[in-house]
Amino acid sequence: MSELLEVHDLTVHFATEDGLVEAVDNVSFSVRPGEILGVVGESGSGKSVTAHALLRLIRPPGRIVRGEIRFEGADLLALPEARMGAVRGARIALVFQSPRTALNPVLTVGRQIARLYELHQHVAPAEAWRRTIEMLTLVGIAEPERRARQYAHQLSGGMCQRVMIAMAIASSPRLLIADEPTTGLDVSIAAQILDLLRALGRRTGASIVLITHDLGVVAEACDRVAVMHAGQLVEIADVHTLFKRPLHPYTQALVRSIPRIDREVAMEPIPGAVPSLLAPAPGCRYADRCARVLEVCRRERPVLRAAGASHEVACHAVEVESGTAVR
Amino acid sequence: MGFGRYVLHRLLLVVPTLFGVTLISFTLVYVLPGNPALVKAGSLATPEHVAAIERQMGLDRPVHVQYWRYLTGLLRADLGESSSTGRPVLEDFRQRVPATLELTLASLLVAAAIGIPLGVLSAVHRDTALDHASRLVGVGGVAMPSFWTGLLLLYVFFYLLGVAPPPLGRIAADVVPPTRLTGLYVIDGALTGHGTALLSALHHLMLPALTLGFAVMAPLTRMVRATMLEILESDYVKAAWAAGLPRRRVIYGDALRNALIPVITLLGVIFGFLMAGNVVVEMVFAWPGLGHYAVTSLVTKDAGPIQSFVLFVAVMYVLVNLSVDLLYGLADPRIRLR
Repeated sequence: MSELLEVHDLTVHFATEDGLVEAVDNVSFSVRPGEILGVVGESGSGKSVTAHALLRLIRPPGRIVRGEIRFEGADLLALPEARMGAVRGARIALVFQSPRTALNPVLTVGRQIARLYELHQHVAPAEAWRRTIEMLTLVGIAEPERRARQYAHQLSGGMCQRVMIAMAIASSPRLLIADEPTTGLDVSIAAQILDLLRALGRRTGASIVLITHDLGVVAEACDRVAVMHAGQLVEIADVHTLFKRPLHPYTQALVRSIPRIDREVAMEPIPGAVPSLLAPAPGCRYADRCARVLEVCRRERPVLRAAGASHEVACHAVEVESGTAVR
Repeated sequence: MGFGRYVLHRLLLVVPTLFGVTLISFTLVYVLPGNPALVKAGSLATPEHVAAIERQMGLDRPVHVQYWRYLTGLLRADLGESSSTGRPVLEDFRQRVPATLELTLASLLVAAAIGIPLGVLSAVHRDTALDHASRLVGVGGVAMPSFWTGLLLLYVFFYLLGVAPPPLGRIAADVVPPTRLTGLYVIDGALTGHGTALLSALHHLMLPALTLGFAVMAPLTRMVRATMLEILESDYVKAAWAAGLPRRRVIYGDALRNALIPVITLLGVIFGFLMAGNVVVEMVFAWPGLGHYAVTSLVTKDAGPIQSFVLFVAVMYVLVNLSVDLLYGLADPRIRLR
């Protein structure tokens, strides 16, 4: 099966007054058609920057330094800006972290969806409005006719997120990037939003990249998981393998940090904080927090290697023999 | 929906404010040194004569009675008399307010027409040469006193280039002013189809409006720039961009529309400032407006006009603030629906 999206060596830098922040460092991964790929990591690990970079939404002082983003046969980083506009929203859509601030406060929510139909599908305003109401119904908003005429501040957080999702899927994108779509929502509302995303993914066949810091969300919703730490992608595997046999010391620590009530295991927080991305040292950025650190870790950046069927890891301490991790 | 009630609420709030304003304008003249009766009687009057005028003006009555007379006078549109022109203050105002209003509105238009786009461009092209140039222009406007700007413009456009008319009022001496409808020559000229008057009025308005507009433009530009910068970083601008809307449309549609909301307030403040603050420019261009009149009255200690000028400016401020509130309600649904 060919991949829908292939990212190679994506690197994003931000020029700040203190120096160059290397927010995303040589990240490579791919997204298969119809799957849900989770991207996990602590705050500041570069998840959101990666998501924005996929749509080329990085603005100065940020800059995509190098890399390749292959999507539907084209390298997005090489497209002229005008053609990129036809990808954004139409082929790849983004669901924002905080739905309330991601909706324009002076436009009705219906208008914000309807204008996308006018833009991407070139339909008349009346038809766009009809499709908007249909879409609001689809994402589970009661009284869509009335809600469409309201403003973001008149809707609940959960409803705003449903509107955001309606906006994102209005043009039937092939890839939906959801950046922490459940942050700030009640647990029950969050579960509903996740269910909605999954159902929409199944229904339309679109792939979803689900960015989150919540491993519970990953376990519940994703097919595969990519783990990011300090701007580097350290491990990628199918969800079952990742929880059962994590290889990277950071992933192992993440999994151990999940509170459990079914076993008498003490919850272990990960020592240290995400290291500064300001001119970081060469080598593995987890080295200072790692219990299995080797001398080579501080010298050389580990690259992703196959460590099993649909399992890749970037760690010097993991020994791999003919594509399978042995230790 | 709630907009009718919102308007009513704002209108009702105006009543106590106006009442407070009359108290202040009354007190101001009451506590000012100098006896208005003495001014009116002249320096050669006998004490008996002055006392008679005091009685006639009601100055011998208790304060609250005087205030009551002042207030009931105001309700009958009686602003008192000017002792220097010898005419009712209301008459003098009727003549001069349109001149000041025309100049103020034109200056505001100039400031907005140049200041707002400059602010937007500064934000979009942040930290570029354009941004720095716009800051320089703004600082120049604030730093240069307007009589100096006015003289400079006169020197260049009237004396050197000869494209501006001499600074002698609102309209050329050989042009008959248009029939009075609003009192604003430009509008009256356009409404009555009096082309010559319209052109001449515009011609005369050009330099004073530029002078004043330039002076008040800077805060507008700075505010638009700051608000735009903030909004350009906001999630909904990124979201609109991410949804495929062209960057240009996002900036000049989504972002600008939100950035203009606080600008409404600032425009109100600037309008009030201009009404009271264009005295100097009226002097430079011999503009027959209210500022001119107020200064003359102040020099001659003419109580009636001063009192009325204070009252007028305060009322203008109140009205402008009211309009700002109402416009806000229209522009920002979050206020309207609360």
